[in-house]
Amino acid sequence: MASSDGAVDDASRIRREIEALKNERSDIDRQISDLETQLRGLQSKTEVVHNDGLAAHGLSPDLIYRHSRHLMLPSFGVQGQSKLSKSSVLVVGAGGLGSPALLYLAACGLGKIGIVDHDVVELNNLHRQVIHSEEYIGSPKVESAAAACLKINSTVLITKHQEALRTTNALDIVSKYDIVIDATDNAPSRYLINDCCVVLGKPLVSGAAIGMEGQLTVYNYKGGPCYRCLFPLPPPTTACQRCSDSGVLGVVPGIIGCLQALEAIKIASSVGEPLSGRMLLLDSLSTKIRIVKIRGRSSQCEVCGENSFFTPQHFKGFDYEKFTQTPLSVAPVKLSLLTPDFRITAKEYKQRIVQGEAHVLVDVRPEHHFKIVSLPNALNIPLTMIEQRVGDISSALKEKQPNSSGSSPHLYVVCRRGNDSQRAVQLLHKLGFVAARDIIGGIESWAREVDPKFPTY
Amino acid sequence: MQPVILPTDFTITEPQVAVMDSVEGEIQPQEVSSAATESGSSSIEVKVLFFARARDITGVGHMPLQVSAGSTACDCLDKVVAKFPSLAEIRECMVLAVNEEYAPGSIIVEQGDELALIPPISGG
Repeated sequence: MASSDGAVDDASRIRREIEALKNERSDIDRQISDLETQLRGLQSKTEVVHNDGLAAHGLSPDLIYRHSRHLMLPSFGVQGQSKLSKSSVLVVGAGGLGSPALLYLAACGLGKIGIVDHDVVELNNLHRQVIHSEEYIGSPKVESAAAACLKINSTVLITKHQEALRTTNALDIVSKYDIVIDATDNAPSRYLINDCCVVLGKPLVSGAAIGMEGQLTVYNYKGGPCYRCLFPLPPPTTACQRCSDSGVLGVVPGIIGCLQALEAIKIASSVGEPLSGRMLLLDSLSTKIRIVKIRGRSSQCEVCGENSFFTPQHFKGFDYEKFTQTPLSVAPVKLSLLTPDFRITAKEYKQRIVQGEAHVLVDVRPEHHFKIVSLPNALNIPLTMIEQRVGDISSALKEKQPNSSGSSPHLYVVCRRGNDSQRAVQLLHKLGFVAARDIIGGIESWAREVDPKFPTY
Repeated sequence: MQPVILPTDFTITEPQVAVMDSVEGEIQPQEVSSAATESGSSSIEVKVLFFARARDITGVGHMPLQVSAGSTACDCLDKVVAKFPSLAEIRECMVLAVNEEYAPGSIIVEQGDELALIPPISGG
């Protein structure tokens, strides 16, 4: 029967149609967005004319109605809203922190919002990056975020910076805004954004989240400390955690991102006391929020201290990747610790399974990673446990020992991406397993090269 | 002198007793009495709070730490690092706070103080 063939044909036809419709839709979206920009330009011209006859705050009837709940707040009122409408905020990073921050900033009636992000939307972003939706998977995050913001508020001016912030473009971009929100996910960007804000005298609302914890502080605000006053030395590479490596509960960056929007709105409208000289620590496991009083501006600070001569030129020449020993790009580090003799590709490993080669496969990822997905017959011994569990490896090898005089079983090591597996092989060599080899690129390369249906995370 | 054990929030004017007063948890009279008589070499207990990477490394959110009276935040950190050697890698980049206030390593900790170890978080 040809029914299964027919189903396959139908599926691929439908996929093609979806693809074509999606392309059509993004074309239409772009046209709408262009027209809206034109319209806003015209409206702002006519509003100026109308406003001559209105109250001095300059808010149009539409804006008065839209923001009425702000205007009725005694501590915020017309004055706060009017200041907001004349302010601009740059959000660096449209990820877990940037998503809620951008949504609230778009809604609140800011004059101008800038979005910096070089990345595209991926399926594994959506559990926390709530500004993006499935239809934008594969599209630039700035496009997706800008569209979501304009859906909420078509009157806000949004500028898309589809690039990573670097020393070459940061001064130019940041100088166009009043306030900066650091919603990035890596150490070099955090130092770069801080230094740029110090050089240009911009307040910085800095948020961060990992696992179940979050941090929030306002830096470089009215003589307060900067990020470097607090953290003059970057954490070592090994201690750097990213959500892509360590995991994060989606709502945690959501909370911190909302608080970042709040602090930016307070600064923009001159309402309340911004979180300067203090750090908020969110511990979501115990639902505890602590506010720690942090140090004031450090006179020794290399960037904002009394004797610092950190100029735009210094900034442009500063190597943030070297300083933090971390690349700015999101691509994970690829170590090369072993010679090719001690490495095999995922494809080669597959062949050896097919050939029935006697071997033991040790998966050195942490146990909770192993539980997500693993290769058949893998033995899970986390990297940190290898020395303690040498006996387990020896007995596993003995079990595979052929009865005849065949060669001894091989020992292979795998991890997620092929870095820890190399560290493990080095260790195993020292422990006497001199023929241990690792699988290049880990289970990710298995999914890429051998079994496309193998889950990745 | 008989050791006097007072409930935690009891208001007192005698400073020597005040030190003993704020011992948390189960108080063992013998220990308190010996601590009180050997003035100078008495031991105090502080609560160490771990955040972010420090919490990952130690596997706990907080722990009690016995140090001798007159110890600095830095001395406490030495003791904690001796217990969890992996903390050494982030030692230089952590912010220290005593009782929710930024503190230099040289600050003297008191009985019942909360010493927070706060490494930076980069994620988002």
